[in-house]
Amino acid sequence: MENAIEVAGLVTHYGEREILKNISFSIAGGMTTVILGGSGCGKSTLLKHLIGLLKPTGGHILFQGKDITVMDEDELNEVRRKMGILFQGSALLNSMTVLDNVALPMREHTKLKDSTIQIMVRMKLDLVGLSGFEGFYPSQLSGGMKKRAGLARALALDPEMLFFDEPSAGLDPVTAAGLDELIVKLKKVFKMTIVVVTHELPSVFTIADYVIMLDAGRVIFCGTLDGLKASDNPRIRMFLERQPEQESYSPDDYFRIIAGE
Amino acid sequence: MSSIAETLFGFIGRKAGTALKGIHDASKIINDIFYWSVLSPLKGKPVRFRAGVYEMVKAGYNSVPIVAVISFFIGIILAFQSAYQLKRVGALIYVANLVGVSITRELGPIMTAIIFSGRSGSAFAAEIGSMKAAEEVDALVSMGINPVRFIVVPKLLALMVMLPALTVFSDFMGILGGFVLSVTVLEIHPMSYIQQTINALLVKDVMTGLVKALAFGVVITVVGAYQGFRVKGGAEEVGRRTTSAVVASIFLVIVFDLFFTALFYYFT
Repeated sequence: MENAIEVAGLVTHYGEREILKNISFSIAGGMTTVILGGSGCGKSTLLKHLIGLLKPTGGHILFQGKDITVMDEDELNEVRRKMGILFQGSALLNSMTVLDNVALPMREHTKLKDSTIQIMVRMKLDLVGLSGFEGFYPSQLSGGMKKRAGLARALALDPEMLFFDEPSAGLDPVTAAGLDELIVKLKKVFKMTIVVVTHELPSVFTIADYVIMLDAGRVIFCGTLDGLKASDNPRIRMFLERQPEQESYSPDDYFRIIAGE
Repeated sequence: MSSIAETLFGFIGRKAGTALKGIHDASKIINDIFYWSVLSPLKGKPVRFRAGVYEMVKAGYNSVPIVAVISFFIGIILAFQSAYQLKRVGALIYVANLVGVSITRELGPIMTAIIFSGRSGSAFAAEIGSMKAAEEVDALVSMGINPVRFIVVPKLLALMVMLPALTVFSDFMGILGGFVLSVTVLEIHPMSYIQQTINALLVKDVMTGLVKALAFGVVITVVGAYQGFRVKGGAEEVGRRTTSAVVASIFLVIVFDLFFTALFYYFT
């Protein structure tokens, strides 16, 4: 299988702090890759780099063989048309109805007639199970419905790749499971390459073909789901078995820290 | 000794660094706004006119009542204050000149601009700021839509049309306020007041006011957009940036007013 994305030696900083420390991996086309990791390990930052929202301090990101870190805005926009992104808070434009939100990429990037666009919007909404909600504003929708509407917008231009930032964040288990099922369905029906950033284990086990695990800005695991389950890396075991972080300093150190020395 | 010097230079360096970054960000926004409102339409990527009309209604049409009332009152106040002085020299009829000239040249544009700073400048900063906080700006970028073109340019268009338009309206209401007070309290004959106003006013008085209003419209939009796009955190920062937007745009409106007034004094 051809690689859709290749990341080589990616280094990024947030101010002085190094977030991603020399990361390299590849994402295969036509599969669902989950980027897994605890809070603050840099996985959302990584996603923003993959979709070209942030420029790294060093390293390269190849999207279908082309380096997106050296592209200018116009070239990047060409690449972005092949990507659909569902943001964590779904990021629908609050001033527009669901229909206008989903139609926005089509209206901006195609010369289709508005009647055609409306039909396409209804098709996308039907695909994500939101038929009949065209006239609603984002504020009138529940969290799960917003995510579905955001997904419909991400699908608007029939992208080759879909990115999800924490799809199950803030959703109840039933709604989250519904969204996972939708991700699996999309991969099966459209053979899309899907990249999901998450820390929710149940959803990882449902959707993942391939897992990349980050810890403190480094890749600590790259492989299939079975490989992840069989791994004996202590950090991975802690994550899978939901163990808390061990206290890493002695009582003497603790006193020194609280005394501010 | 060295540690004091270090602290001092460190402090200066940090402040200068922040200031430079602020200037850099501001110039980038101004550059983007110029590109997407002037250059890119010439290259065949049109401005979003329908959104512009929507913004015109929101920023301009909806502020008609408040502009009307404030300008009317300012006209009355101005007539009172000038009558207080002119009455003593028996030149009460010159109230018309004073009201007419100071409203059209100065108070009409500036009062309208201050109302717009409070209404539209803050609204722009809050809207863009909360879009930034909710990742909506990122979403636009990821859809290949430039946020400046999508959000800011329609607002700029709206203010560049509506601020001069409402300034004309404000001029009219201000002069009307002066007129109403003069013909009632000051007992000046209506016809002679109108005649006096027409004689006193030159076309250039009104025109310089309109040039100012146009510049104020640009200033208010740029400041609102700049503060809005600087939001990085959540709701609390949106509030802080909104406040800064109002304060900064009122300040800059007055700075630009000073500049233009000096310019027109020497060159018209």
